[in-house]
Amino acid sequence: MLDEIRYEAPSSLARAIELLGEEGARVLAGGTDLLVQMRTGRATPRLFVDVKHIPETSRLDLGKSELWLGAAVPAAAIVEHAEIARLWPGLVEAIDLIGSTQIQGRASVGGNLCNASPAADTTPALCAVSARCVIAGPRGQREIAAEQFTTAPGATVLAPGELLVGFRIARPPARASDAYLRFIPRTEMDIAVVGAGVSVALDAAGRCSSARVAIGAVAPTVLMVPDAAAALVGSRGEDAALTRAGAAASAAARPISDKRGTADYRRKIAGVLVRRAATAAFERARGGGSA
Amino acid sequence: MKLHVSTTVNGEAMEFLCAPEHSLLDALRDQLNLTGTKEGCATGDCGACSVIFDGRLVCSCLVLAAEASGRRIETIEGVAHGTELHLLQKKFLEHAALQCGICTPGFIVAAKALLERNPDPSEEETRYWLAGNLCRCTGYDKIIRAVLDTAAELRGETR
Repeated sequence: MLDEIRYEAPSSLARAIELLGEEGARVLAGGTDLLVQMRTGRATPRLFVDVKHIPETSRLDLGKSELWLGAAVPAAAIVEHAEIARLWPGLVEAIDLIGSTQIQGRASVGGNLCNASPAADTTPALCAVSARCVIAGPRGQREIAAEQFTTAPGATVLAPGELLVGFRIARPPARASDAYLRFIPRTEMDIAVVGAGVSVALDAAGRCSSARVAIGAVAPTVLMVPDAAAALVGSRGEDAALTRAGAAASAAARPISDKRGTADYRRKIAGVLVRRAATAAFERARGGGSA
Repeated sequence: MKLHVSTTVNGEAMEFLCAPEHSLLDALRDQLNLTGTKEGCATGDCGACSVIFDGRLVCSCLVLAAEASGRRIETIEGVAHGTELHLLQKKFLEHAALQCGICTPGFIVAAKALLERNPDPSEEETRYWLAGNLCRCTGYDKIIRAVLDTAAELRGETR
């Protein structure tokens, strides 16, 4: 039986969800993972559901209290938005690390998360800024924390017929900022050996009142490291606190050895990157990095 | 299933038929006979198939042809004015910034997109912007020089 492949570009969430219930349906956002997977035979979609004509998935809207980041918004549109880059410099630097100019013209943060690579650059950065994922499906909408979205390499919490619509990210308070760093063996366009996202909020005296630390490429899914965050809270970003945070990240990492690095190396680098990302987040937060 | 797609290429209304799984690159080359856009890797790594899609630089190998419906596409064929080459093209010749030429249309389209956004890019900015365009023969220095020289001349400076 040779079923015809179909392409649909629904203009409403309701229609998209209906289509996604069909056998072999795949979401098409930027297509920078899906089309490559098709070329290599890893994906054989029977129905492309192009979600870029749906208002909710393609909207980028910086409101008074939060950012709405549609799941299909291309990286380039986010990187170009100066106010978003000022409020979430870490998230934007993670987005700006993805691929070439051409890839950034299409690739989306939602796609990066749904592709569920353990090394996805935007995922630790999303987790560090407490992004909430809005999911729509046949039984209505639900919302989960970014760190709960991926369940294994290539696997997510999305049930058949469900769609990641976008992200809600609360505006950071005064004296708060974030940073993302990754290690790759070259200067451009590579897959993270380790990635680290850190956000901190400081009180009026410059002491850290809350922090979030997320590391990527060192476990099957992104890892939150509450012990590293706890090491930063109460500090002013002194050496001792940074060292404890780094040590906590190295201890939490559960990496594998592969062609990009050994497990031991990744554990060590996780600590180094958390330390450096925390240093950058503190500096930015002190500099009044956000309003 | 064949899809009927109406689109705008280099300012001209065009129509083509495509299968849902065909790429925009396939449609440009095989349906519209616009063969200036090249296929290199077909996986978005080399930039030889670069086009401007609704104002954004993309790899046409990673866009479905069906997505072109109602969109504006600019290809290498739209860069020159008739027989008058664009300054970027003249500078590529002047600086010998090509050998086999497979990567050249992608570089020209990508560099044009850069200069439209940023008329005065630094060398570093130019190298990062063009990092998604691979050249396996000439090397990058001559290409970067050609782009920077074009930018300077377009700004009215002489180097």
